[in-house]
Amino acid sequence: MRIAPVAAILLRQWYLLRGSPVRALPMFAWVGIDVVLWGFISRFLNSVSAAGINFTTVFLGAVLLWDLCGRVMQGLTTAFLEDVWSRNFLNLFASPLTISEYVTGLVLASIATSLIGLTVMLALAVPVFGLSLLALGAHLLLFLLVLYGFGVALGILASAMVLRFGPASEWLVWPIPALLSPFCAVFYPLTILPAWMRGIARLLPPSYVFEGMRAVLDGRPFAPLPVLCALALAALEIALAGWYFVRVYRRAVRTGLLARYSAETVS
Amino acid sequence: MTARSEHRPTDSATAPALRVSDLRKSYGRVLAVDRVSFEVAAGEILGLLGPNGAGKTTIINTVLAVLTPDFGSIRIGNADVSRQRSLALARTNFAAVYASLPGNLTVTQNLSFFGLIYSVRSLRRRIEELLGQFQLEGLRDTKCGVLSSGELTRVALAKALLNRPRLLLLDEPTASLDPAAARDTRGVIRALARDSDCGVLWTSHNMYEVEEVCDRVLFLSHGRILLAGDPRSLPREHGARNLEELFIQLAREPLAHPAEQLA
Repeated sequence: MRIAPVAAILLRQWYLLRGSPVRALPMFAWVGIDVVLWGFISRFLNSVSAAGINFTTVFLGAVLLWDLCGRVMQGLTTAFLEDVWSRNFLNLFASPLTISEYVTGLVLASIATSLIGLTVMLALAVPVFGLSLLALGAHLLLFLLVLYGFGVALGILASAMVLRFGPASEWLVWPIPALLSPFCAVFYPLTILPAWMRGIARLLPPSYVFEGMRAVLDGRPFAPLPVLCALALAALEIALAGWYFVRVYRRAVRTGLLARYSAETVS
Repeated sequence: MTARSEHRPTDSATAPALRVSDLRKSYGRVLAVDRVSFEVAAGEILGLLGPNGAGKTTIINTVLAVLTPDFGSIRIGNADVSRQRSLALARTNFAAVYASLPGNLTVTQNLSFFGLIYSVRSLRRRIEELLGQFQLEGLRDTKCGVLSSGELTRVALAKALLNRPRLLLLDEPTASLDPAAARDTRGVIRALARDSDCGVLWTSHNMYEVEEVCDRVLFLSHGRILLAGDPRSLPREHGARNLEELFIQLAREPLAHPAEQLA
């Protein structure tokens, strides 16, 4: 893999962000709204509950981490959609750029933009609502790694879906994190879910993260094995999403869809 | 009209810029390209002519590896496009009216972006050269989305020359240019072919331009090559007054083999 083409994809994202503040706004705005909303809900629950649970960490921390996962996915998909919106596929894929270089560029772009979002989240949640993610200790790094990995897998899958089903399928992609959140047990323990939902949850790496997070905050011993399994699962899902993207790309090249992608055809 | 007798035939020791062998492509039951073979020699400008739907764009797309042929092989220099895609495309570039550059980036940003994609050495200097060559200095910080079609064509040509290609594919490169700019562009492409041994595959519906620029032409109809030769002598050889009249005759001629649909 060559560095220059990967850098090109990153540079393009930088140009777009620099040239249009509107693009930068979603990185701050939605994250800020989520933190404020869940910050006050957590504060209210702390004031009325006698359960002795710190809702700020349980709820606000969970929202923040789940939001991060969604931001990674959306960052990657948005970077891909820039090429859809600007009808740039022919220029890109008729060049020496390889699929792995292209996807790596998209992944790095999404990591960079989501890190900005994470910084904003922490800058707001820590001083204003007293969130202490440090309570999660060194496990936090492992949790973040799993969530980043799963966000990347979702982003690649979402991009492949848009390539396969055409630009109009964009609306199918955005609700994916919301669709998965009940299964990921972001706010409640997995035991609350019915058996069939638990079965799906086991395939979703974030469910292990939120279970682990609650265990750490409850003062229960942290079992590293499930989270390490989640990390391996996330890596496997990235590989599967990458395989699917390549498969869709090859089909698009075979059928001629790639060359005439701007026409909204999926045949 | 400028005769281009200076065209050098391919050295036996040097691979042609492009070699297309037995190319076949169908979309479902419709046969778009039917066993087409041709070469573009280093330094040669080959005109690919034919009516709309003749298969010109399909051929260009297969050469650019954005469309997989059903059969046949394509070699750019010594690189097989299907097996050594990146290597083959690193020495190729193209400009087409239907592949405009992202309108939300400025001229310089687009050239920087594609320069990195093509791993161009001394990129800043190369961009400055091209901005000067295509008189784009005053537009360097203008977003491509607000450029006129003529200006966009010049930017697309600058992008197409970024990597000093050995094979250049130009799909109606002067269609949006005024006569003066079109003449300048033809001059640039001719000089490129002459001075750097770049092979050029040129499609155009402007037959006067084709006569002026191309060393050789292929007439394509219903996915097949009907005629090939020197654009300046072909009309006389086939009883036509000029290339345009020959084009019209061939475009209206029923096919010798009418089964353009797959059985």
